[in-house]
Amino acid sequence: METKDLAYIALFAAITAALGLVPAVQVGPVPITAQTLGVMLAGAILGARRGFLSQLLFLVLVAIGLPVLPGGGGGLAVFAGATAGYLISWPIAAFVIGLLTERFWVRYNLARATVATVVGGILVVYAIGVPVLSAVAGLPWSDALWFGAAIFIPGDLIKAVIAAAIAVQVRRSYPVIDRPRRAVAVR
Amino acid sequence: MTLALYVPRASPVHRTPAGWKLLALAGLSALVFTAPTLPVVCGALVAVVALGLVVARLPVAVLGRETRAVLWWLGALFALHLLVTDVLTGTLTVLRLLTLVLAAAVVTATTRVTAMVAVIERVCRPLEWVGVRPARIGLVIAMALRFIPLISERAGRIRQAQAARGGSVRGLRGLSTTLVPLLVQVLQLAHTVSEALDARGADDVPLRRGGPRAA
Repeated sequence: METKDLAYIALFAAITAALGLVPAVQVGPVPITAQTLGVMLAGAILGARRGFLSQLLFLVLVAIGLPVLPGGGGGLAVFAGATAGYLISWPIAAFVIGLLTERFWVRYNLARATVATVVGGILVVYAIGVPVLSAVAGLPWSDALWFGAAIFIPGDLIKAVIAAAIAVQVRRSYPVIDRPRRAVAVR
Repeated sequence: MTLALYVPRASPVHRTPAGWKLLALAGLSALVFTAPTLPVVCGALVAVVALGLVVARLPVAVLGRETRAVLWWLGALFALHLLVTDVLTGTLTVLRLLTLVLAAAVVTATTRVTAMVAVIERVCRPLEWVGVRPARIGLVIAMALRFIPLISERAGRIRQAQAARGGSVRGLRGLSTTLVPLLVQVLQLAHTVSEALDARGADDVPLRRGGPRAA
């Protein structure tokens, strides 16, 4: 891994942290934060490996006691809370998005980008977050699914489309993921 | 932007090495999950609060802030437990979570960020065998810390420039019109930073004597 990769990893950890400073949009009782946008962008712009490491680094920043979660949250306390599963899912979500993005890279467009951000940024996050919520809080599955996933999904879909649109535009002007060798050979 | 949740004091808790505090936290977590009885959990909660407020002399506001952050959530959890299980289970679950959240807050407030980074580098030392260089972990953390205020500053500048041209800078649309130029700018910046680091020999950190250079 080159120094450039380390700088990109640090950058996207910092971007996720900086998006935590964007105030949450309140839709009824549901707060929509910008932070998972950082997770989606990390995977869609850096690819699987660097995306994973960048969000892992973000969790390290949280754990060593920096107030980088929305509302100045942070520290080890958040890993003891019931929402710890969502946080832990972020590196894996970025990895899955990155994997799909690399697969779609040659014919990348808004639709394919959205598939990647929805699968990684929504399905993976809730597949890990909801069982942890259910276990830590001692909640039955149906309640955990309703209070821990369903009410947030409309906001997440909007974020997935925004992240996909941004990733498509950034790819056009500053592509970070390398074109697969096979595609170059064909050309 | 205040860049740490650390509260400086001269106390035995502050002087305890970070590694021991983290081990104690893991032990406490194991205790309240394996022995979830009212005396154990209440005792742990009282001990944690006493440790934080009396021994470490942390301001009440520090623990109060953490409690407030989880309060609505604990309330909702307790209400759900009343419906689904019983009062005792609900009380235990809520107190157990509160104990762990406060204990973690005490560790965070009494440990410097640099000490935490040192623990991480030490824990990662065995990973040298798979090609991870612990010294680089400190480097990426330092880079990320420098990038956070830089990103906020650049974002502010782009928003100002767009507002001056009459563009929309609010809401979701504003978010995406700001983020694309911002991302391109900071990606170029990160690339420049990495070139500067390479020029100063950042890539020459030895992995271990005679070991492979790949990482």
